[in-house]
Amino acid sequence: MNMQEFRCGLKDGIPIAAGYLSVSFSFGIMVLGGGLSIFQGALMSLTNMTSAGQFAGLQVIIAGGTLLEMALTQFIINLRYALMSLSLSQKLSEAVTVRERLVIAFANTDEIFAVAVGRGKSLTFSYMAGLQILPILGWTSGTVLGAAASGLMPPALSSALNVALYGMFIAVVAPNARKSRAVLFAAALAAAFSCLIYYVPALSGISSGTAIILSTVAASAAAAFLFPVQAEGDTEA
Amino acid sequence: MIYLYIIVMAVVTYLIRAVPLTVFQKKIENRYIRSFLYYVPYTCLTAMTIPGIFYATQSPISAAAGALTAVGLAFRGKGLVMVAAGACAAVFIVERILV
Repeated sequence: MNMQEFRCGLKDGIPIAAGYLSVSFSFGIMVLGGGLSIFQGALMSLTNMTSAGQFAGLQVIIAGGTLLEMALTQFIINLRYALMSLSLSQKLSEAVTVRERLVIAFANTDEIFAVAVGRGKSLTFSYMAGLQILPILGWTSGTVLGAAASGLMPPALSSALNVALYGMFIAVVAPNARKSRAVLFAAALAAAFSCLIYYVPALSGISSGTAIILSTVAASAAAAFLFPVQAEGDTEA
Repeated sequence: MIYLYIIVMAVVTYLIRAVPLTVFQKKIENRYIRSFLYYVPYTCLTAMTIPGIFYATQSPISAAAGALTAVGLAFRGKGLVMVAAGACAAVFIVERILV
């Protein structure tokens, strides 16, 4: 372990950890609202390290979905991490062993990936380990704090905090939908499919996890067909 | 049962991240698949938000206020935490007026 590289990673991980702490705080509130225990929420955050995937997973649990449905939901929603891992593997130093790669893979989140590839030089295991530790701690402890606090909060406050995670989803989609008409089209189509399944009585038997999968796949496929992205650069963001 | 769900989630998510980092490290060449994966984050986040957000608060009206505030702040380039905090504040204020 190279301590200088490790410390560099730790420092770069601080802002990510701070952001995660607040995001997972609202996830913690939802966990308790969904009938799970604080420990179960903490375990989910510690072992998954993904906001959208955990949110969708929580919906599947609340709806009493099947394990197959859970696996499919996670697969579709988290498939983008495969792209990030592919991209990250090109930036790792040749000295990084397979065993170390298996450790690094654990918390290759959107933000950690973004900071890692933004570093511009060949990445060492020491740096990646340092970069991931604080965000993992922040994500997990935020979930615990949110779940613990939600019992003490008045309903008016928890009602307001329930939209926090949705707000963050909007914060990711809206700026890109404004910049790119293709993204706007894809998002609008996904919203239309999702509403269709939710409001049309004949489709009301479809569970929320499956609804997310169907809307995501249908809208992404249509957008990819109509607006294929350019060959380079698209997987870097 | 809940632990089974959590294990499935963790294993699927880990494999998605670990396999490309270790086993096959080639780039995806197929343009259609790359495009599909490019759109997935936007479509899945939107499908989870709409119409779900409208039933997350005490009233669809306060939720709509939160959603509109979030879109407005996001358009102005505010960060994740600011946008989320703004949405919460809008819901809180509108619910105080409605009650």
